[in-house]
Amino acid sequence: MLSVKNLHAGIAGKEILRGIDLEVRSGEVHAVMGPNGSGKSTLAQLLAGRDGYQVTAGTVRYLDMDLLAMAPEERARAGVFLAFQYPVEIPGVSNALFLKTALNGVRKQRGLPELDAMDFLQLLRDKMKLLGMDDKLLARSVNEGFSGGEKKRNEILQMAVLEPRLAILDETDSGLDIDALKLVADGVNRMRNADRAIVLVTHYQRLLNYIVPDFVHVLSQGRIVKSGGAALAVELEQYGYAGVESENEVSHVS
Amino acid sequence: MNAQIESWEDIALERIPLFLAGHDVPWVTRARQSAFARFAECGFPTRRDEEWKYTDVAAIAKRTSLAPDNIPPDPSSEAALFAWTLAQKGTHLMVFVNGHYSDELSALGELPKGVRAESLAEVLDGSADLSEAFFDREHEHGVFAALNNALMTDGAVLELAPGAVLEKPLYLLFISSGNGTADYPRNIIMAGEGARATVIEHYFGMMEAHNFTNALTQISLAARADLQHCKLLQEGNASYHIAGIHAEQAAGSRFVSQSFALGGRLARNDITSRLDGPECRCNFDGLYLLDGRQHADHHTRIDHCAPSCTSREYYRGILDGESHGVFNGKVVVHPGAIKTDAHQSNRNLLLSRQAEIDTKPQLEIFADDVKCTHGATVGHLDDDALFYLRTRGVDEESARSLLIYGFANDIVARVEAPDMRARIEHLVLDRLPQGDQIKELL
Repeated sequence: MLSVKNLHAGIAGKEILRGIDLEVRSGEVHAVMGPNGSGKSTLAQLLAGRDGYQVTAGTVRYLDMDLLAMAPEERARAGVFLAFQYPVEIPGVSNALFLKTALNGVRKQRGLPELDAMDFLQLLRDKMKLLGMDDKLLARSVNEGFSGGEKKRNEILQMAVLEPRLAILDETDSGLDIDALKLVADGVNRMRNADRAIVLVTHYQRLLNYIVPDFVHVLSQGRIVKSGGAALAVELEQYGYAGVESENEVSHVS
Repeated sequence: MNAQIESWEDIALERIPLFLAGHDVPWVTRARQSAFARFAECGFPTRRDEEWKYTDVAAIAKRTSLAPDNIPPDPSSEAALFAWTLAQKGTHLMVFVNGHYSDELSALGELPKGVRAESLAEVLDGSADLSEAFFDREHEHGVFAALNNALMTDGAVLELAPGAVLEKPLYLLFISSGNGTADYPRNIIMAGEGARATVIEHYFGMMEAHNFTNALTQISLAARADLQHCKLLQEGNASYHIAGIHAEQAAGSRFVSQSFALGGRLARNDITSRLDGPECRCNFDGLYLLDGRQHADHHTRIDHCAPSCTSREYYRGILDGESHGVFNGKVVVHPGAIKTDAHQSNRNLLLSRQAEIDTKPQLEIFADDVKCTHGATVGHLDDDALFYLRTRGVDEESARSLLIYGFANDIVARVEAPDMRARIEHLVLDRLPQGDQIKELL
């Protein structure tokens, strides 16, 4: 579904991604882990279409399309979703209006009719209940005055409503207490299916106790330096990134 | 009768045109003459005058006549009918066309006990049962107030007895249909102790009309009275509009002024309130949404003259094209007005390189133990928010419209009357490229 090959990219002349290779197939859950500054968030933002990055080499194919040539809204309508590490506040626009605007844009692209107001509200209420969110958040401005946990749950709510093919979750676990983390993880797990792929970008292994990945990749200095199964995350928890990186240095030299 | 003022000397020489209200009432004539004398002495302000530094009114006298007309209201005009159908729902409606009350277009309905709502011209030509004090105060509010006092044609008189409550808004619709005409609406609102009302002033002009409106509204609130005043400016593209809204508040009263400037070539609103008794509450909200070569200037002033009063002011501007916005907000805390709590903010969104905003929030504090804050910002659409919306499948133009709508909506949402709030929300959306799409989803 997603095929990243030898991706080099940077910002303002500074190279951040230095040759990323990543293959993600339908139904898989991948975790991309790495220390601060390793390029995790850059990769996530670049896949969603953030302006300002220069791609100097490599390709990104998504469902046989050239993802990098598509505008952010085209990617979203084609089924790419990014849950933001720092969800943005949109004063004056209610969460309900925001979600309706987003869903209608995506449904139109997929050739589906717009949902009527009552069905839409019911859909939202059901999904919010599962995430332990108060309905009052629908009338409030998008993310404005939301707690850290409410913002992250709101991202998962958007994902649940938009039903993407490829979901990228950027540090969704940060700022969540243990109860909220479980609700968010349940929300993500409910969305796992054979047609959907999920990429979890995370610093800590904690989230992976609740969402067990099929593959774990370690990102360091703009490269994936090690890939493995779920057990790799546990190893990282024990030895830290430094351990994995130095081992990699050695393997390069030899 | 289609009388015109031949020359300014007519007024100076005590020949007040017969169609101007109250010509048989000596004190009204005296008030008109002394106001006119003052106007004649001062003339139009120039940009050398600090209060008019950013707003040039010279074009008004060049492009329009200053003389009030006596064109009879034409109830069949398309604009009149359109505006009227908008206004009549769930309100007590008074319609004025080219500055004159139209009985045919109005639908005042049954007023609750203790509420009087009449045409000013009818009052002045009839019983003239009004306090003369309203008409000899023009010197307090500048030269355009003097001009209004000299030439006022008509307007609404709303008087609420102590404890009276007007549940439905009093909707004052002023329609300008003529070319080159001058309208001088004058409204007087008096609320007795504990009385409550909502008043809407809606100025509506034909798209291409070029006329001059000089309006003045005086508001007097007794103890614990509560008035919500909402002004909607939707004049034609070539129209000049200069208006004053001046309130005086007794102890424990609440005054909310909301000003929405959405149309007109040049608009200037002077909005003031004097908090004369303790524990008053005063809220000023405003939104100017400008495009093309539009110019809108809001000058506000809140005088805290008594202790323990609270004032809040939220003004926002959205400026596109080569438009020019001016915000000058002054809060004065007079000696003895201890425990004043005042906050003022003006935020502006510039959508083009040629648009311009001059903003000047001012605090003058002459008392101790007060809490006063103010601030102003000028910025562009937030790139992070645009990206966020686009990653949710919203195309760029729709995302821009949604963000502008959100910026405006923080002010629109403060309108308490639900029908009015929805109407203004729609008018804002009418101005946005993808507004129709947002309307469908609301």
